[in-house]
Amino acid sequence: MSEPRNVEPAAEASRVTATLRVNGEDHTVVFPVHHTLLEVLREGCGLTGTKHGCELGECGACAVLLDGRPVLSCLVLAAEAAGHEVETVEGLQEGNRLHPLQAAFADLGAAQCGYCTPGILMTAKALLAQNPEPTAEEIEEALAGNLCRCTGYRKIVQAVAWAAAILRGEEERPPEEAFLGSPLPEVRR
Amino acid sequence: MKRREGLAKLTGREPYVDDLPFDGGLWGATVRSPLPRGRIREIRFGAGVDWSEMIVVDHRDVPGRNVIKLIVDDQPVLAAGEVRHVHEAVLLLAHPSRALLRRAVRAVEVVVDPLPPVLDYRRPPAREQIQHGDDNVFKRLAIDKGDVDAAFAAAAHVVEGIYQTGAQEHVYLEPQGMLAWLEGEGEREVVVVRGSMQCPYYVHEALCYALGRPAERVRVIQAPTGGGFGGKEEFPSGVAIHAALLALKARRPVKLVYERGEDMAATTKRHPSWVRHRTAFDAGGNLLAQDVEVVLDAGAYVTLSPVVLSRGVIHAAGPYRCPNVRIRGRAVLANFVPAGAFRGFGAPQTLFACERHMDRCARVLGLEPAELRRRNLLRDGDATATGQRIDDGTDREALLDRALKLAGWEAKRTAHRSWNAEQPFRRRGLGLATFFHGAGFTGAGEVYLASRAHVAGLADGRVEVRTAATEMGQGTITIFTQIAAARLGLEPEQVVIAEPDTARVPNSGPTVASRTAMIVGRLVEKACDDLRRRLGVGDAAPGAAVVEAIRAWHRQHPGEEPVGEGRYEPPPGIHWDEEHYRGDAYGTYGWAAYVAEVEVDLRTYVVTVIDFVAVQEVGKVLNETLARGQIQGGVVQAIGWALLEELKVEGGAMRNNQLTNYVIPTSEDVPPIRVAFVENPYPHGAQGAKGIGELPMDGPAPAIANAVADALGVDPCAIPLTPERLMALVEGEDEAPVAGAA
Repeated sequence: MSEPRNVEPAAEASRVTATLRVNGEDHTVVFPVHHTLLEVLREGCGLTGTKHGCELGECGACAVLLDGRPVLSCLVLAAEAAGHEVETVEGLQEGNRLHPLQAAFADLGAAQCGYCTPGILMTAKALLAQNPEPTAEEIEEALAGNLCRCTGYRKIVQAVAWAAAILRGEEERPPEEAFLGSPLPEVRR
Repeated sequence: MKRREGLAKLTGREPYVDDLPFDGGLWGATVRSPLPRGRIREIRFGAGVDWSEMIVVDHRDVPGRNVIKLIVDDQPVLAAGEVRHVHEAVLLLAHPSRALLRRAVRAVEVVVDPLPPVLDYRRPPAREQIQHGDDNVFKRLAIDKGDVDAAFAAAAHVVEGIYQTGAQEHVYLEPQGMLAWLEGEGEREVVVVRGSMQCPYYVHEALCYALGRPAERVRVIQAPTGGGFGGKEEFPSGVAIHAALLALKARRPVKLVYERGEDMAATTKRHPSWVRHRTAFDAGGNLLAQDVEVVLDAGAYVTLSPVVLSRGVIHAAGPYRCPNVRIRGRAVLANFVPAGAFRGFGAPQTLFACERHMDRCARVLGLEPAELRRRNLLRDGDATATGQRIDDGTDREALLDRALKLAGWEAKRTAHRSWNAEQPFRRRGLGLATFFHGAGFTGAGEVYLASRAHVAGLADGRVEVRTAATEMGQGTITIFTQIAAARLGLEPEQVVIAEPDTARVPNSGPTVASRTAMIVGRLVEKACDDLRRRLGVGDAAPGAAVVEAIRAWHRQHPGEEPVGEGRYEPPPGIHWDEEHYRGDAYGTYGWAAYVAEVEVDLRTYVVTVIDFVAVQEVGKVLNETLARGQIQGGVVQAIGWALLEELKVEGGAMRNNQLTNYVIPTSEDVPPIRVAFVENPYPHGAQGAKGIGELPMDGPAPAIANAVADALGVDPCAIPLTPERLMALVEGEDEAPVAGAA
């Protein structure tokens, strides 16, 4: 698929050629030296899963992993990312197998409009790598820089905890009340 | 059933408009007014830009009417001579380089000779501020029931209060964006627009009007939409026209995507409100009369304000039995970005006033808040303010009791008393709101819309659901799959949901007003039934027979397809008198009782919601995961409106148009949100569904403010309850209500 090119006239900016390692693949790209990792991922590498939300580091929609640490790709110069491992949402699944985070988000309906989802998945992946058994509070703290306007966050926090349990090899999923408050009795007429 | 488009969203493959390729295309940008009101004297194109390589569009390039078509023809596509608000679109630019484009936007100077603006909608305008009619009032509405004056004369108690709510920005995570291009040539040239929107046919109609084109020469396709909340109801029409004008002038594709700061500053907001209640009770705490005045800040142009006001006044008296009601509403001009659709559509504002006022009344009457509501909640056989008889079998007192029980109201009240006495700096409180939300369009709106839905049999035996209803995160694709699969006896994967494309789907109305599952879903059911009829397959025949009949039909009619159609018909017995605002304002209502528990830190005046219970009756719940998601998401958006989100406006412009200083709730700001549904199927909604999406926006703000009142013994009458506002309230410096609004 051809990609939208943010065509810069040659005179506009000095351009650099760099090789970015993204999701284990090398991408050799030419871009103006001031371009951010977000711009080069989307426009140079054709990886549009990482989203523009504000370009000011305020919303978290553009979060990716740089050597396993979550960064806001709108605040990182692409040139700085050369020589480091970049991970984006496109690299989360292995072959046809969803990452446990993706599976848990799907099961719980933790993605609604989906625009914040890639950034949240990557931030959560970094959290679980560092803390395999986070409490609800630790998940909330780790995701506090990722804005979501649809879900109210409860299902997201719950999905991250479910994924953590799967990654620990546990059969049992943590009980709902740990994330949603004490369970309510079923109400039907 | 899991969300059907979920996997695309979870793997980064969902193609939002910003992700769409457009080889050889240009980026578009908008030059805006610097002042809230004035006459454009001159537009200066500054140095440092090669203007010969820039596409420039102004109002003279609008081939049809220079109007963004909606209700009243007052809002120009591009300002021609006069501007009415800061950030009003004046000029459009396009260029292949985004960097050069940004520089060019900065290099244009729009010179405006200022005129006196209206900067506070609550004050009566001076003569030189009049810009609409003779008083700047866009719309007036009145509801009258019984004899209010006589009831006040006989009242045991009269309670008054003034309540105010602020503007709110939608903050959909995906900013506004459109891609426009041309297909075909000469007489057959079609303008195609694909982008982020809730209402493809609104965009289509607005494009035809502004471009002066017949319907068949404009095509609108919804791209996956990253949140809407009403912010992509009417506003995208203007963005689409702008992108199309640039594409027509450049003869190349043009993509126009707003930056966050531009989106926050220049797009519609929730209407600020000023509401006065005067309420009469008998000695037993029964409502005798409600006298309510509602004023909405409409901003600079009419947009949807008449209908927002309509929903606002109809909900202003709350879900209560009251024999005498007088409601007067008006939507007035101010020189600020137009207010527009936002989840709840006027009802959150008037229900905030109503429910906050009920707590004030309870205190004056010496009753528990729950008890006052229990005495006055509508029972079957009672009538609303417009005289609509409610007879749906829902027990609204039981809904309230269940919410109190689930919240542990009594036990918490007791615990709070001792906790508050022991804590030096913290106070806890509980607050309640009982409320309702009319589902679907108001009054005769659904009849005027005359919506249609199609279900087609495809050659491979699958069916395709064709509607204009859009997916923006709420779950349309999943719900329509469930509805069609159940109606035809098919598996979900045998159902295809068509992309909302005006060249392929009928006009099933806008994706607004909590109407998609209930009303359009019902049309999908009817279209399924019609398809069965056309195929000669009985209503009870299994899915395999439907599939076989579709395949057989294709064998017998090569090159054609069987299409079933569902057309809207009002439920029997619905009567609405638009002139007198009497009768059945909605086909049905969702009902709810919410309880908020808050903790206030007296050192910082920060209010934290620590527990939340949401009990509602929304007919039949079609998909529990999606329904809970709607409630939780709505509650959190309302927590933001109640406590955090405040527009800082200076000189008629939003100054905090960034997410660092316009603060929305984060994952750390939300309490446990416990959701319970009482089911009471509505016979005229798909599978018994009523609307759900807006209801959770109505109740949280008054419940939270009532909880703060309970915690501190103060009487908050305005939101957002920011620390600054709460400190002023506690320390006795509450802002005085503006007298001029009377």
